[in-house]
Amino acid sequence: MEPFKTLTAIAAPLAIDNVDTDQIIPSREMKSVSRSGLADGLFAGWRYTRPADREPNPDFILNKPGFEAAQILVSGENFGCGSSREHAVWALAEYGIRAIVAKSFGDIFYTNCTRNGILPIVLPGAQVDSLLSAPPPVELTINLAAQTVTAPGFEASFDIKAFPKRLLQEGLDPIGLTKLNLPEITHFLQADRQARPWVYSTAPESD
Amino acid sequence: MTQAQTLFDKLWSLHRVADCGDGVDLIAIDRVCIHERTGAVALKGLEASGHGILDPARVFAVMDHIVSFRSGRGRDEARSPGGEVFITETRRLARKAGIHLIDTDDPRQGIVHVIAPELGIALPGLSLVCPDSHTCSLGALGTLAWGIGSSQTEHAMATGTLRVARPRQMRITVENSLPSGVSAKDLALHIIACFGVSGGQGCAIEYTGEAVSALSIEERLTLCNLSIEFSAFTALIAPDETTIDYLQGRQYAPDASMAAAAAANWRQLHSDQDARFDHEIRLDARDIRPMVSWGTSPGQSIPLGSAIPADADQQALDYMELRAGQSVDNLAIDGAFIGSCTNGRLSDLRAAAEILAGRQVAANVRAVCVPGSQAVRQAAEAEGLDQVFSDAGFEWGASGCAMCFYAGGETFPPGSRVISSTNRNFEGRQGPGVRTHLASPATVAASAVAGKITSPADPLFAA
Ligand code: SF4
Repeated sequence: MEPFKTLTAIAAPLAIDNVDTDQIIPSREMKSVSRSGLADGLFAGWRYTRPADREPNPDFILNKPGFEAAQILVSGENFGCGSSREHAVWALAEYGIRAIVAKSFGDIFYTNCTRNGILPIVLPGAQVDSLLSAPPPVELTINLAAQTVTAPGFEASFDIKAFPKRLLQEGLDPIGLTKLNLPEITHFLQADRQARPWVYSTAPESD
Repeated sequence: MTQAQTLFDKLWSLHRVADCGDGVDLIAIDRVCIHERTGAVALKGLEASGHGILDPARVFAVMDHIVSFRSGRGRDEARSPGGEVFITETRRLARKAGIHLIDTDDPRQGIVHVIAPELGIALPGLSLVCPDSHTCSLGALGTLAWGIGSSQTEHAMATGTLRVARPRQMRITVENSLPSGVSAKDLALHIIACFGVSGGQGCAIEYTGEAVSALSIEERLTLCNLSIEFSAFTALIAPDETTIDYLQGRQYAPDASMAAAAAANWRQLHSDQDARFDHEIRLDARDIRPMVSWGTSPGQSIPLGSAIPADADQQALDYMELRAGQSVDNLAIDGAFIGSCTNGRLSDLRAAAEILAGRQVAANVRAVCVPGSQAVRQAAEAEGLDQVFSDAGFEWGASGCAMCFYAGGETFPPGSRVISSTNRNFEGRQGPGVRTHLASPATVAASAVAGKITSPADPLFAA
């Protein structure tokens, strides 16, 4: 995973609330048991006039002149709600999106972003609205260490928990990190087996 | 004196392995469920990274999402073109990993959230995760269950834990009793319509009150199922005698040697009298009527017999080909679907069959019923419900997610208007251009017969 330090890139406004993961990557675009090969299906229902023949829809923001190289999305409330499919994040990452600014996010989507090098940023509604209404295209600078988003005449700071921040900044493997807690996990399991034996009585032989 | 705790507080501290700082805890995961659509990729990821599975005996793989719903389907038959690979890869990887596999031809097969309670995989007090957002359904049993992504699924399988930020807590108390003919589905849609799709954002929600206690386990599952559409982290209902009775004798429920100890443990799992929540909502069940969605988000729902709000979202209206101020009653439909993890259980099929008995689906309506699991299907057939559905003109499918979501392949045609017992009415959810109206199984059945959106309370259905 590519570490996230600072990013200066074009931000594409998607001024809609509740953009769900079915829209980000329609289920029919998930064609193999794989995390790759998904960028082409990103926003397929909106990006193409007819998804089947891949004719670009000129009205969709990522197809408009000046937004071809967008690496940031700006959207409304509850971005990434709906299905838990991580394919939505894989598709965005493969397409080249590195950060998403929104008023709020679906919880699962937010976590998925931080596991795949995409920085999800929550800003207050008024600040997001000013970005959505700025004359396009806007170039935003995001500094993860300082937790700021800036553009000419625009400055905002955002919150992020220490753990996802560290994952993003260092491009870390969270499983490897948690394995450092194995002594505590083992200790927990030993005690819990005594206290709640029914949790552990599911040997596959009983299938 | 110890501080009064909520049910959620108790479940959280029961599973807290370590404090990771910054409001994040390392939480022990008792069960991981995966399905072929998002699970195979997690098994593959683990294989590639070389991390093993900590305890394969507590991981369950289920085939549900893209299995064909054709009665008499083949073992690898998918409903979406090229979908077989998800089935065959999941089977191969699950066997190799030594986890439980509930295959397409297993009599226990069904939608993961339907079979987890049926088999006692979900139990009160357990933590359970699955790479599927409707995992919150299982809170109906007092299970701390929530949906995650594939990377976190790998993490849970490899370490038996997840790092989770402790969510805020909300209590929704539903007082008095639901009027007759009003279901758990109507209650859930009512809540989302009143408080918006972001109303429960990030919260662990406990449902309580007289109307909730009176619900059967199946109805509780329906109520909790829709909590993700309310943006909740998850939902919970305190286990009670209804829960304990329901779980008796199920395959992975505690056997006779442990049943009494388990039940005693479960009876402690409730919010203390003075426990405090970050948000409290109180509702009167008597205010709730049969609901139907008009738009492209579950929050865009109204009681049958009322009008679409004047300030309705234009993009949703355009997609649904509707106008603000219009009523949805009597809108002609092209399709009707009964099934899914929301309303694909035996009581749902019974409610629909009650309306369908001795009646016919209107001409031009394609009506499909897909039981949520093979056990549901079998039980329904034992009561002759399959006959009622077939005689009325419904197709009778083999269990799985079926037409709840579109994955390519067979579905309703573009532009068609479908009344559906599912949980999502997003653009294209049931197929490109398909217009989905969410409703209870009884309303779906009544509408299928009338050929237009119709309340089950319509005089047409007076006994
Ligand atoms: S029935 Fe529908 S909502 Fe439920 S798990 Fe399957 S696809 Fe998801």
